[in-house]
Amino acid sequence: MSWFSQHGHALMRAFRQLAGTPVTSLLSIIVFGIVLSLPAGIFVLLENLSEVSGRATDSQQMTLMLDTTARQADVELINTRLEALTTIEGFRFVSKEVALDELKQENGMAEVMHNLGQNPLPDAFVINPGRLPANEIEKMQAMMQSWPKVAHVLVDTDWARKLDAILDVGRLVVMMLAAVFGTALIIVMFNTIRLQLLTRRDEIELSKWIGATDGYIRRPFLYFGALQGLLGAALAWLLLYFMIIRLNEVLAELARLYDTTITLHHLSWRDSLALLLLSGALGWIGARGSVARHLAQIDQESSVS
Amino acid sequence: MAVMISFSSVSKFYPGGFEALKGVTLSIDQGELILFSGHSGAGKSTLLKLIAAIERPTSGSVIVGQQNIGTLRRSAIPYLRRNIGMIFQEQKILYDRNVFANVMLPLQVTGFDTKTSASRVRAALDKVGLLAKEKADPVTLSGGEKQRLCIARAVVHRPTILIADEPTANLDSNYARDIMAVFESFNQVGVTVLISTHDRTLLESARHRVLELKQGKLVA
Repeated sequence: MSWFSQHGHALMRAFRQLAGTPVTSLLSIIVFGIVLSLPAGIFVLLENLSEVSGRATDSQQMTLMLDTTARQADVELINTRLEALTTIEGFRFVSKEVALDELKQENGMAEVMHNLGQNPLPDAFVINPGRLPANEIEKMQAMMQSWPKVAHVLVDTDWARKLDAILDVGRLVVMMLAAVFGTALIIVMFNTIRLQLLTRRDEIELSKWIGATDGYIRRPFLYFGALQGLLGAALAWLLLYFMIIRLNEVLAELARLYDTTITLHHLSWRDSLALLLLSGALGWIGARGSVARHLAQIDQESSVS
Repeated sequence: MAVMISFSSVSKFYPGGFEALKGVTLSIDQGELILFSGHSGAGKSTLLKLIAAIERPTSGSVIVGQQNIGTLRRSAIPYLRRNIGMIFQEQKILYDRNVFANVMLPLQVTGFDTKTSASRVRAALDKVGLLAKEKADPVTLSGGEKQRLCIARAVVHRPTILIADEPTANLDSNYARDIMAVFESFNQVGVTVLISTHDRTLLESARHRVLELKQGKLVA
């Protein structure tokens, strides 16, 4: 029998074991699913948040607002000064009319603007400073502030940076949770396999008598562990899927009130695959530890080593 | 005939100080059929277990084929056992599968393909007269049938050595003679057969070499 069919056979035995004890198997799969869904759920939320923050930090920008009394000549002066700045990546002029149009398209602002009657917005330059360090941007901000007819220079990346910092904390929390829960799952699998080994003790001893290698005896249990891990991860994925659908329904309602749209995304394909593989690996590791420990014990007690 | 198994001054102490074998020296040729007699506790089981590397000698050397049991690596033991068929008092029949699947086990372990396996399993069942019961649940078998199931399982992979520890214990003498006949037929095709027994009828009817053990020593 080839290597391939040996493993196929072991996998089949693992499936049979899984199907042979449906209630116990289902319970362990549910434990895996629930335990995994918490860190995975937090991870999903963080990913959604970091998408927002990523969009913000990528478009890190400064806004130079002119005084409302500024004339065309003042605008042109600023324009030439900005062109002379080599450190920045680019800039564009946004006239007060354009700014008003843009604002009107923002959620919920059209009505507000309409009520104002007169355009309250100044002419502005939107500057893309590129990936400059924070202190350089501050220096530039101070310099521009001293130019004639400049009302304000705003740097609007602060909130994005703060969000980034919070996300970093969040990611660390996910890591820690994943480590703690992962350990718990390994222990759960360790115990599951221990019970299986106890009930299949006769079969194991007999297998040793008739010349089974340790690998042959171990294999179905390892597959079983990995399989249960995979199914648990699939369950966690589904749980999250339905939670996100439900959350999106509620968020849609909330967003409607604010005249905007908010949609949470599920795990990406890559992250979903990572969840499956990680969980499979946890099951495998738990099973491997358990088999190593308890097979040695059976060896000792029955001295069929 | 080539020497198949040789013991030279083999002793086996169990933890706690019990001396199961004391300085046993013997040599068994390929294709022999040997009966080991003696009271229970005389060391028969231990001697047979040493051959299959289920136990290791405390001192002396046990050579099976070309391999020294005392120094055999753990990972080499499965391959040694694939040349040996074992029938022990604890039968270890698996009750979660039928007779056919039970006999199939040694072939699965060694990695035979399913087709060859099936025909070998049927041949083995036929030899012990259980072919009609291949689909039976082992729970429904009588004591003698269970023993024959164990024999079929021990020979299905065509071992060169067959070891049976008290194969006729708890069986009536008719059955015992049947089973002895089965062993003799394997022996006739070249299998080295080692049987431990204290069954008078087996020992008296035997035309075979009998080795007697007494308190861990070989006396005859």
